[in-house]
Amino acid sequence: MSAVPADALHGAAPAAEERHAAGPADLGPRARLWPSLVAVYRAQLSRARVARIPLLFVATFQSIGIMILMRGVVDGGGEARAVVAGSAVLVVAFVALNLLAQYFGQLRASGGLDHYATLPVPPAAVVLGAAGAYASFTAPGTVVTAVVGCLLFGLPMTHLWVLLAVIPLAGAALAGLGAALGLLAPRPEFATLLGQLGMSAALLLGVLPPERMPQVVRLARDLLPSTYGVEAFARTFGGRPDWGYVLGDLAVCAVVGVISLAVATWAYRRAAVR
Amino acid sequence: MCVVRELTKTYPAVRGRRGTPAAPEVRATDAVTLDIRRGEIFGLLGPNGAGKSTLVRQLTGLMRPDAGSVEILGHDIVRHPERAARILAYLGQESSALDELTVSLAAETTGRLRGLEVRRARAERDAVLEELGLTGLAGRPLKKLSGGQRRLACFAAALVGQRPLLVLDEPTTGMDPVARRAVWSAVDRRRAEHGTTVLLVTHNVIEAETVLDRVAVLDRGRVIACDTPSGLKEGVAGEVRVDLVWRESAPLHVPEVAALRDRAAESGRRWTLRLAPEEARAVVATVTGGAAFAALDDFTLATPSLEDVYLALGGAARQGLVRA
Repeated sequence: MSAVPADALHGAAPAAEERHAAGPADLGPRARLWPSLVAVYRAQLSRARVARIPLLFVATFQSIGIMILMRGVVDGGGEARAVVAGSAVLVVAFVALNLLAQYFGQLRASGGLDHYATLPVPPAAVVLGAAGAYASFTAPGTVVTAVVGCLLFGLPMTHLWVLLAVIPLAGAALAGLGAALGLLAPRPEFATLLGQLGMSAALLLGVLPPERMPQVVRLARDLLPSTYGVEAFARTFGGRPDWGYVLGDLAVCAVVGVISLAVATWAYRRAAVR
Repeated sequence: MCVVRELTKTYPAVRGRRGTPAAPEVRATDAVTLDIRRGEIFGLLGPNGAGKSTLVRQLTGLMRPDAGSVEILGHDIVRHPERAARILAYLGQESSALDELTVSLAAETTGRLRGLEVRRARAERDAVLEELGLTGLAGRPLKKLSGGQRRLACFAAALVGQRPLLVLDEPTTGMDPVARRAVWSAVDRRRAEHGTTVLLVTHNVIEAETVLDRVAVLDRGRVIACDTPSGLKEGVAGEVRVDLVWRESAPLHVPEVAALRDRAAESGRRWTLRLAPEEARAVVATVTGGAAFAALDDFTLATPSLEDVYLALGGAARQGLVRA
């Protein structure tokens, strides 16, 4: 063998020639946003199907259990609407905020983000694909909870279709928040803790009727994005819903969703290249 | 193909907290300079903690070096780390991003995220799974597979969406011989057909000797040698390696054995000696006869391996490399 170590270490001749002869080589294709988002979404949904169905049952039964408990406390009217809407949105908070925070926290800690970071995929596609999959996975649980709630409290089911807007918008806001928490948490245990706390906040501030809360708690309630999903949904149980307010609440959800998903995308970029 | 100059990365010191001792500053890669040529299988060999993975993370754009340059196919990876993903395919040590997917979906999704359109990704997925003998496992989730099968599935994902450079971090860990052969013949095929270059991280000296064209030996963040495996072994060609395994302990009451003790690297019941051929013959004659033989469990006589090269070059770790 003729190769000499010193030559191999310091003689750049072959590589340098190669470089000057050819110039920078062509790069492979970049994965475009929409197709890669769909690919991530599909992969995450298949994951969810295997691993998350038991948890979805837990989330649904938890919300139904809360409504049954609250039946003895509230006496119909506005309070009942708040309880049903809050319990339904709680399912979204459980999956989109809590579970997604845990997922990204673990992915980051285990080095799994390297897989995505060494693929030419836009960060937004990874975050939006995962967030979208988790959010849409909440749909059956939310619908079941809402229907059971209507039956329990004798509320009209006329406007349940509004869930078609509430689930994706509240889902976007909460999933973005969950993803950002998971990606920013320095350790996976913190991500789990933050996800749990976020869900507890959604439970306490979303389900319990606000009229009985002290001023500070009401302020905290206004800061939580799920609140606006709950409010929008609760308004539609009324005889003649004020659609302006419903749209306003949903718009807040949408704005928070855009902001939190943007933050999550930034957090992903930051976590992927250390 | 890949030109690395004076690449340096230092991990800052960690202050001790309750339960965790303080760690001093670590220079994980120390002025590393390498030239990887097009179409070769280039290896990074070193014990755990030598800085192999840190070096690879800098070459793949996953980590920013403190100083130095990395150029792959004419692209500056330090300035444009995002370009690395469009030049190379990386097989890291972790599979957690793919664990809950089926083998088939893992390969297809990875291909899609490498910019392939659906039909092309599916065709390549089928071809790669067939090539690696994974078709029968296509519908199983990765986490239900054995360690070696899972590794092979991740390797399959790395091959979908062809790239001129494959960066493989210990790709054959946990694999059986059949799977290993599948990996190396897949690599050879791509090299023959497309001139694919491979950067392989390994701590397995047998693998390094059999598959690598050239190898850089890493120790504590520095490249201590870089040559073909046989070129490196010429440096220790005059020596023979004798491994003696004692039943319980060495029979130090035998004077010839006691005399060897100073020259042996001891590891439990095993003594490893590096000797001139005639000395080795004398040692074998001694231990296979008389009182010493009664205490002897096993012995091997071997020509030097890259592990001996590593130790002869002053490599610090005594246990870091494996022969398997």
